[in-house]
Amino acid sequence: MIRYIRRAAAFCLLLLAALLVNAARVQVFEADELTSNSANRRNTIARYDQPRGNILVHTGSADATATVTGSKDTGEQLAWERTYPHGPLYAPVTGYASQTYGTTLIENAEDDVLSGTDSLLAPLPLWNDLTRGRQPGGDVVTTVRDAVQRAAYEGLAGRKGAVAAMDPSTGEILALVSSPSYDPEQISGTGSAVTSAWARLNASASLPMLNRAIRQTYPPGSAFKIVTAAAALDAGVVDDPDEETDTPSPYVLPGTSTVLPNESSGCEKASLAEAIRVSCNTVMAHLGVRVGLDGMVEAAENFGFNDAGLRIPSGVAKSNFDTEMSDDQLAQSSIGQFDTTATPLQMAMVAAAVANDGEIAHPRLVDRTTKHDGDTVSQTSTRSYRRAMSPSTAVQLRRMMVDVVENGTGTNAAIGGVTVGGKTGTAQHGVDNTGAPYAWFISWAQSEGSARPEVAVAVVVEDAAADRADISGGGSAAPIARAVMEAALSQG
Amino acid sequence: MTAPTVDSPPPPLRLPKRRGVELSLLVGAVLISVYGYAAVGLAHDDTVPPDVARYGGGLGLLALVAHLAVRFRAPYADPLLLPIAVLLNGLGLVLIYRLDLETPSDTAAPTQLIWSTLGVALFIVVVLLLRDHRVLQRYAYLSVATALVLMIVPIFFPAVNGARIWIRVGGFSFQPGEFAKILLAVFFAAYLAANRNALAYSGRTVWKLQLPTGRVLGPIVAIWLLSVGVLVLERDLGTSLLFFGLFVILLYVATGRIGWIAVGLLLAAVGAFVVGSFEPHVHSRVQDWLDPFATIDAGQGPSQLAQSLFAFAEGGMLGTGLGLGHSVLIGFAAKSDFILATAGEELGLAGLTAIFLLYALMVARGYRAGLALRDPFGQLLAVGLASILALQVFVIAGGVMGLIPLTGMAMPFLAQGGSSVVTNWIIVALLIRLSDQARRPRPGQPETGVIAPIVEDEQ
Repeated sequence: MIRYIRRAAAFCLLLLAALLVNAARVQVFEADELTSNSANRRNTIARYDQPRGNILVHTGSADATATVTGSKDTGEQLAWERTYPHGPLYAPVTGYASQTYGTTLIENAEDDVLSGTDSLLAPLPLWNDLTRGRQPGGDVVTTVRDAVQRAAYEGLAGRKGAVAAMDPSTGEILALVSSPSYDPEQISGTGSAVTSAWARLNASASLPMLNRAIRQTYPPGSAFKIVTAAAALDAGVVDDPDEETDTPSPYVLPGTSTVLPNESSGCEKASLAEAIRVSCNTVMAHLGVRVGLDGMVEAAENFGFNDAGLRIPSGVAKSNFDTEMSDDQLAQSSIGQFDTTATPLQMAMVAAAVANDGEIAHPRLVDRTTKHDGDTVSQTSTRSYRRAMSPSTAVQLRRMMVDVVENGTGTNAAIGGVTVGGKTGTAQHGVDNTGAPYAWFISWAQSEGSARPEVAVAVVVEDAAADRADISGGGSAAPIARAVMEAALSQG
Repeated sequence: MTAPTVDSPPPPLRLPKRRGVELSLLVGAVLISVYGYAAVGLAHDDTVPPDVARYGGGLGLLALVAHLAVRFRAPYADPLLLPIAVLLNGLGLVLIYRLDLETPSDTAAPTQLIWSTLGVALFIVVVLLLRDHRVLQRYAYLSVATALVLMIVPIFFPAVNGARIWIRVGGFSFQPGEFAKILLAVFFAAYLAANRNALAYSGRTVWKLQLPTGRVLGPIVAIWLLSVGVLVLERDLGTSLLFFGLFVILLYVATGRIGWIAVGLLLAAVGAFVVGSFEPHVHSRVQDWLDPFATIDAGQGPSQLAQSLFAFAEGGMLGTGLGLGHSVLIGFAAKSDFILATAGEELGLAGLTAIFLLYALMVARGYRAGLALRDPFGQLLAVGLASILALQVFVIAGGVMGLIPLTGMAMPFLAQGGSSVVTNWIIVALLIRLSDQARRPRPGQPETGVIAPIVEDEQ
């Protein structure tokens, strides 16, 4: 019996040894896999166990910054919730950081820094991996300027539309506004209030959560004529902008019997400069056809059209210029109709290209990221995105755009003592153009004594309630652009 | 550690009693528990809990009274058993208190402390009143009848979480199946001690397997049917596994027939397969074990087992520290069946190893008593009680760590559950009594001419 007791004892201790081996398996060898399981709430709990880093904007002319986000301790399991003191004003910049619905825009693109997991925040390389910990959340300083953002937001005054403003020479985005907007704080936390707010925002007909400035494309209408003009000048189709062109008015689209009318008078055989000043459809459509499909596609893509990979750091929707068209479609595309669409940011880049001697600086929304204590972690810098046109073409286009503001369709954008160049646009859309047209204005401004333009801006207003007559780039959008430019210039 | 003792007869004449060792180990056990209690408070509220002295004093008092009972009534008892029980019980209280902090609406630690007190009281009663374990042999059939009644009664009560193992009287509920374990162990030991030879050497031989006679086989088949019945009627897979394992081990120890183990395992497999295929509750447990993350893939969120595995994984080598884990995510059974997950998360593999080693020591000490005893009943009872401990730990710890299908069972001393704590304290009391008998110097010299028990070779 003694022998059997010994064996039974060995068996029982073997059971306990098996438990030990199994514990080592779960706790050591499979631990990483289990820890990273998406259903494991511990990562989420740890994430919200500390205040999230903040997103800052520039205030004033020096390097003064102010935060546009905050965090509050709710005492729940997911302790810290995101707050947005400015609510809808900065939603198109920050996006939301929701415990229920994840993150978007900067909150998403810079999440590693804000939530403290970025390895650059750690005192030593691999520190976070070793300690499985996280650092206090770092801050993200944006390129946005508070005054410019507010001017754009107040200019739109709740009307549907968007504004994108940037510094042409550095690519810094000074304002990114989408209207109507929403308060991201409503969906920060968890619970029924959040889910009902989410449902309400998503069901709203005015699409408050759509970031119209970078995620929505509109037909650019006449504002696109700047691209067509650049293509014509660069391709040598037009040598002298002041020379008459051989365009009849009205212009019959090639290969069809469709007649293209003009909104304005005096377009018959108008020169390129005159066509830009009063926005002649006929001349620009004709020039687009003469440049040819390949030339127009190349020119449009040099401005950034058809680029689905542009990131600022959030992804920007692809602006479109068709690569396969008949000549009549090309004619329509060349005046920003047919399938041509653009984001407001893309049109700001068009204005910026003219302002920056044909070179487009890569647009960027993040200036730098810092540790919790303010030490810089990473700094973005000016880099070239694309060359849109030759410098000489840019000079000629600047003159034409100034003419638009001084003597043409864009007089509402004029600012005393400041050189302003602009271009209006009114785009039909919908079946047989029955939808309310969009009002566009793209412009740049250069204050006296400055070496180069300091701001380029694009404004689009989609106001379904307005009369066809009231909707015009010059009427609805230009005043907003002027206010934005004034705000940008007043800050140096 | 104590010095190695010779564990087979003839015993040395004077064994040290080692009561002083027990006392100092008890002091250590209480201090560790108090430290854990303070650590939880510090981690959770940045202050030592105000009643830390009361907690330590209470636990210390329980340990001291138990120690005195052992000192006066079982002076030769194994000095490790009581301190291990106190330490595990103290740790269990700390873990339950720690989980109470997360669930303010449902506190369990005070209740558990009352049950622990009752457990220690019964421990003392057993140590004081049971002067010789052989008395129990007389009550073999009474105990099996009682056990049967205890196990059948819950069928008439409503199920809780899918298992009918509870009796509710007023606001007071307990699991009679817990007490049945001890009674069954007593019965098995007595029955097998009486029928050892019949089981091993009688009956016809079929091929190479010697079958016992029907008269002897009858009760065994009855027991097998009983455990399957428990499984079916009460959906208590854990208890049924425990009875099975206990019975097979004791049968083997009593007869030395490997054939019994084969038969037992075969019957267990058949029973488990049959029940598993038509009983949805058991079937789903097996499915969960095969794929703990199936519910996640199905979009229903993690199952309790998955949450338990997450907790263990979070602990890693050293744990998050007491009071700093999130094992409360496991849900309603976090303080009872899944208490080990909290230990795993907050004390890590290091703490878990310590806990398993404590259990292993306790089991080993129980077996050691069995080896040193001279009467078959005592030997079998010691083996049975030690095996109950080992099997309980294996079934529930293996379950919550995904080693075997999850079955509801309480971790001895650690888990919330009054019946379990009281039962395990009685088991320890019986082991104390058995080890006291085993280590007690026998009066007189070994007589010559009397056939001494077979002395095995020391391996």
